[in-house]
Amino acid sequence: MAAPAATPPPLLEVEGVVVRFGGVVALAGVSFEVGHREIRGLIGPNGSGKTTLFNCISGLCRPAAGEIRFEGVALSRVPRHARARLGIGRTFQHTALFRSLTVRENVLAGAHPLAGSGFLANALRLGGRVRREEREAEETARRLLALLSLEAVADAPVGRLPFGTQKRVELARALAAGPKLLLLDEPAGGLNHEEVYRLARLLFRIRREFELSILLVEHHMHLVTSVSDRVVALDFGEKIADGTPEAVRAEPAVIRAYLGEGAAAHGDAA
Amino acid sequence: MSGPPIGSARASGAAGPDAPAASRQRRAIAFALLLAGAAVLIASAFLLSPFRLFQLTLAAGYAVAILGLNLVTGYNGQISLGHGAFYAAGAYTTAILMTHFDWPFWATLPVAGLASGALGYAVGFPALRLGGFYLALTTFSLAVAVPQILKHRAIEDWTGGVQGLFIAKPDPPAFLPIEADQWLYLTTLAISAALFLAAWNLVRGRIGRAMRAIRDHPVAAEAMGMDLAAVKTRTFAAGAALTGLAGALGAVAVEFVAPDSFTVMLSITLFVGMVVGGAASIGGAVVGGLFIVFVPNLAESISKAAPGAIYGVLLILLLFVLPGGAAGIGRLAVARLWRRDGGR
Repeated sequence: MAAPAATPPPLLEVEGVVVRFGGVVALAGVSFEVGHREIRGLIGPNGSGKTTLFNCISGLCRPAAGEIRFEGVALSRVPRHARARLGIGRTFQHTALFRSLTVRENVLAGAHPLAGSGFLANALRLGGRVRREEREAEETARRLLALLSLEAVADAPVGRLPFGTQKRVELARALAAGPKLLLLDEPAGGLNHEEVYRLARLLFRIRREFELSILLVEHHMHLVTSVSDRVVALDFGEKIADGTPEAVRAEPAVIRAYLGEGAAAHGDAA
Repeated sequence: MSGPPIGSARASGAAGPDAPAASRQRRAIAFALLLAGAAVLIASAFLLSPFRLFQLTLAAGYAVAILGLNLVTGYNGQISLGHGAFYAAGAYTTAILMTHFDWPFWATLPVAGLASGALGYAVGFPALRLGGFYLALTTFSLAVAVPQILKHRAIEDWTGGVQGLFIAKPDPPAFLPIEADQWLYLTTLAISAALFLAAWNLVRGRIGRAMRAIRDHPVAAEAMGMDLAAVKTRTFAAGAALTGLAGALGAVAVEFVAPDSFTVMLSITLFVGMVVGGAASIGGAVVGGLFIVFVPNLAESISKAAPGAIYGVLLILLLFVLPGGAAGIGRLAVARLWRRDGGR
């Protein structure tokens, strides 16, 4: 998993992003890039600004200064709901599924931006458009349910499933729109050792099959360093390291940030 | 290598190897039931007394009104306490076109739908941006204002003021040997069925998923590319249009529109019908329509002195027995039947 040498114009460019909450500076001018088909780790202790940065990319948070560009498009001009259609997919830290929908319906909902039929077309169903779109979405869902071993629970309401399964549903849902960039917010949270290992293999497989990039926000140091091509580390809203996992792990500022925050409990930081 | 399971995947019995055959069988059963139901409803036109037929005609209209409310509240999670206003808009549109312009009843329907849909859009557009309680209050105020607006001097010439407007039932075509109320019952039934089909089409596909996704988790829905404001306002307009069409159907059924038929109580009654039938259920709307027509009658036959109290008690008992509305018990029954012939 060597870093891809000299990628052509990067998929995502984060440039001098500043976010303030009242008087608190959450992000103090952070810049980095995510290349095509790259798995990029984003680490940092609690309160370092990881989640804020993540939210800026998905649009839940608006930078006070700086810009984020996706394939050259300035995201500050793209409304939140239009970002999925551009090719940005995401999962949520504590999962955010559509609870009353079945697993299959959740994945179908993820395919929403791929189709375009509106209210009237759906209500009347004249011509073949709605039917064709539905068929395509069903096919996408079937593939993803198989990939993530969700076939057995496909028609179960998602709210009653165990947490680990719900996380896989979220991943399937995020993949359904065929994103170019997948934002994963602590995918290893709540998983045991074995499950984390499987997740790592799954991420490689997803990148290969979907030809996408992954921005991985994660506490689990071992997962980040084992799957990422490059890692960026934040502390107190500032970038303290950016490079290969080995280099970032050896960076004194990173060691200090983690040990200082007591996050060394993970045991991997040092 | 197959997809690695993260966490335990519990297998649910239903998805056997002959799943397509089972689903085909299921569809055949549903279709047969639907045909049988249609046959019973059509036969009723020739078996029931004119008064019962009138009640059923009214119930069919109310069912459509509840369906419209259910799109908004049940499927999309937006509370509307003022759907009676859209019912009134549809009823008056039809009444005005029929009395002042001599339009035939059927021709007024699209206009009634469009007019109430437009009103819904106009109300929903600002209110939905404010969210839950504001929408509830905005729609509630609309429902409160409607009878007074309808009585207003400035439009009295059109609306007939306090007196309202009388309209005549459409005549049956000459070649059919049936009475006007039988004809109206059958046309109302056909129109309602078409509207139910359209609503079912709407909720079972892409748009219906977006409506429910937004209800369940708006932040995630937006991340999945759903335009919250657009889906919500359009759902509200679609729901208002359906309820307006129901108003048009109801107006010819009672052959009369007047401001005091469309008080806040109507909006609340529709809300009750929706809850009784079951939120986010298409079939439940039928039960809701029947409930709000027949149960008050039943209450009155039990006690002439306090029908309101009896109605209240019946309502509470019903919701106690069926917490998910009629649709809840229906789903449970279907699930049971499935397990019996599908599982094991």
